[in-house]
Amino acid sequence: MLAHSLFFYLFSFVAVFSSVMVISSRNTVYSVFFLILVFVNISILFIMIGAEFLGMIMLIVYVGVVAVLFLFVVMMLNVADKEPKVSSKSKFFNNISAGAIVGIIIFLELLVAIGGWKYTNNFINLSDINLSEDNTRALGRVLYTDYIHLFQLSGMILLVAMIGAITLTFKKKENVKRQSYFAQIEREKSSSVENVEVESGKGVIIND
Amino acid sequence: MIEIGLGHYLTLAAIIFTLGVVGVFMNRKNIIIILMSIELILLSVNINLVSFSIYLQNLTGQVFTMFILTVAAAEAAVGLAIIVIYYKNKGSINVKQISSLKG
Repeated sequence: MLAHSLFFYLFSFVAVFSSVMVISSRNTVYSVFFLILVFVNISILFIMIGAEFLGMIMLIVYVGVVAVLFLFVVMMLNVADKEPKVSSKSKFFNNISAGAIVGIIIFLELLVAIGGWKYTNNFINLSDINLSEDNTRALGRVLYTDYIHLFQLSGMILLVAMIGAITLTFKKKENVKRQSYFAQIEREKSSSVENVEVESGKGVIIND
Repeated sequence: MIEIGLGHYLTLAAIIFTLGVVGVFMNRKNIIIILMSIELILLSVNINLVSFSIYLQNLTGQVFTMFILTVAAAEAAVGLAIIVIYYKNKGSINVKQISSLKG
């Protein structure tokens, strides 16, 4: 029990510290690295409380895909050089004060919500986890039966996002000869073959 | 204090959520940080869902966490594509200079 709480405090403090660094770091690349650190810590927490499958999926999806995507974009756009010097100090502090006020209000409200929840003890026990099987098996049993339509819909969301990202960044190149499938398939004998009378001793001029 | 309960996880999620919102507000550099703050917010929602799912011994929260992961990945892909194409057009993704939609 003691080790569990110690690990919880360790990982959550690292997570909170690195999320502070994500939003306050000067260099965008460092922010991406700290984002990766946050995700790793939170997935360790997930594994610790018994959601192993989600912890591993978080590692794969966030650290393996999303964070690397962010890194690529940051490197491609070269934002570090383009950063202009902060010209108006007052505006900067305006931003900080507005953000701090809203943040403090939201945090206090969330704390009130958590505290208010803590003193109500009439939660229904919705237990449907069979503790004899592991987390991954149980999750798959639910996901592929009760939630199969939502699961397929989430696949559709991924497909739409993929098509959207490709069409957004797709650039048509000039001076490149491309295949035109419809013109090729629609081609018929009448439009492409012609009988020409050839006089003897003269050639044929084909104007194409 | 020593016993780790649901409240600890909810507090952690609340802290990370707040940091994400503050990151959206206080951003002064580029719009990529805003996208990362949105990822932080989604992550804190995931923490809430998973901890309630473990507490109530019900798998629905974990299933929904998977859907949130899907949506977060899709959102990151589309958002970064928009940022790339914006940078190609305007040559800058500084938050201060993005004001063409301001009437």
